[in-house]
Amino acid sequence: MSIFDTFLNWDVFVRVLPLLLSGLWVTFTLGILAIILGLAGGLLLALLRLYSPTPVRQITIAFIDVFRAIPILVLLVVVYYALPFMGLRLSPFAAAASSLSFVSAAYSAEIFRAGIQAVAKGQFEAARALSLSPFRTMTDVILPQAIRVVIPPITSNAINVMKDTALASVVAMPDLLKQATQAQALTANPTPLIGAAVIYLIILLPLVRLVALLEKRMSAGNR
Amino acid sequence: MNPIICMTNIVKKFGSFTALDNVDLTVGEGEIVVVIGPSGSGKSTLIRCINQLEVHESGTIEVDGHMVKRGAGLAAVRAEVGMVFQSFNLFPHMTALQNVALAPVRVRGLSWDESNARAAKLLARVGLESHASKYPNQLSGGQQQRVGIARALAMEPKILLFDEPTSALDPEMVGEVLDVMLKLAQTGVTMVIVTHEMGFARKVADRVVFMDGGRVVEQGPPKELFDAPRDPRLRAFLNAILSH
Repeated sequence: MSIFDTFLNWDVFVRVLPLLLSGLWVTFTLGILAIILGLAGGLLLALLRLYSPTPVRQITIAFIDVFRAIPILVLLVVVYYALPFMGLRLSPFAAAASSLSFVSAAYSAEIFRAGIQAVAKGQFEAARALSLSPFRTMTDVILPQAIRVVIPPITSNAINVMKDTALASVVAMPDLLKQATQAQALTANPTPLIGAAVIYLIILLPLVRLVALLEKRMSAGNR
Repeated sequence: MNPIICMTNIVKKFGSFTALDNVDLTVGEGEIVVVIGPSGSGKSTLIRCINQLEVHESGTIEVDGHMVKRGAGLAAVRAEVGMVFQSFNLFPHMTALQNVALAPVRVRGLSWDESNARAAKLLARVGLESHASKYPNQLSGGQQQRVGIARALAMEPKILLFDEPTSALDPEMVGEVLDVMLKLAQTGVTMVIVTHEMGFARKVADRVVFMDGGRVVEQGPPKELFDAPRDPRLRAFLNAILSH
């Protein structure tokens, strides 16, 4: 058997493509959802960490630290296999979505915090002197500047979330990787795995390039 | 002249450094007060206490009859006190017009249309009508500072604070900013100005306040202060500035 029959078998690939595409859809849905929840949660955590009263701030810091320290795979397995013993049974999708979102929120929180702290002190002072409320100061003055600075690292984090969706296959979620391994078992041929790897690359390579471009544009330093 | 700012026994410390050491300052309605003094003398800290960008340790500040302190009333006080900064502090992601129009919409509840129209007039007043749609980084320092003045004016404040408004400017741009301030001084608004521009102080000030070491050392009409300084520290300061 040639290498093409084994690893790049076109017939096998065509046969399993619908399966792979259904897995891709699940991967996409999970990834996008976790990215959005992670961003929203991360912004909230960053604001709590910077501006809430001491007890809340300390809880927030602890939360961020824990979810930055724990391996996502461990968290996922705990959420899916251990929480049912406490009466909380989540679907594979819900377990994966919540695990990925929490970890992504923790990382995003640190990125947003750095972005907010990078905004010049004079901007806060100008907003205060104009009597803008703390809310308006954030939404009108600080966040538009902070978010601009953090777009490259936030995009980079989004790529990580997209990649980490593959971990969900260990809790039997039918994502791209899981479908590919199943297809491999079905066809007794590794082509579906190669196909899945190529699909991951097709989606993520442009994003990786995009981050590099964004970083270059930022460091070129317009303002 | 009714007093509009009353500062009594103000103490402000930064760690172990006493920036303001029991300072009293009263400013009358419509009065133009210029605060001078060597760097580190506390003059910037003094005016930053008026709108609580610095929080004083002790003493009382009254602005237009309202006690100035942390809490709910502070927003109302700040809405009456405009501030112009040494480093302009324009919002870099907004055009000149948006910089000026923002606060009246968010604080006074004006519509954007109304506020934009008023902002355009204010920009015209500081000679920048053709620069309304430019971003701060497309403007010269002098132009940025004039936008900063228009932004402060947009809230129609009773009091304007200027914290070394020309110190960050190239020399050839100082004049255009001082011209705008000179015109403002004739409108009857109360102004408290920290500056090193002695010629300007002599021309527009009703009263000059000299600070050193966190205290008000001497104050009076500019003619008196500049031509017949009594305190040796003021004499030394004026010599140092005027003799080069």
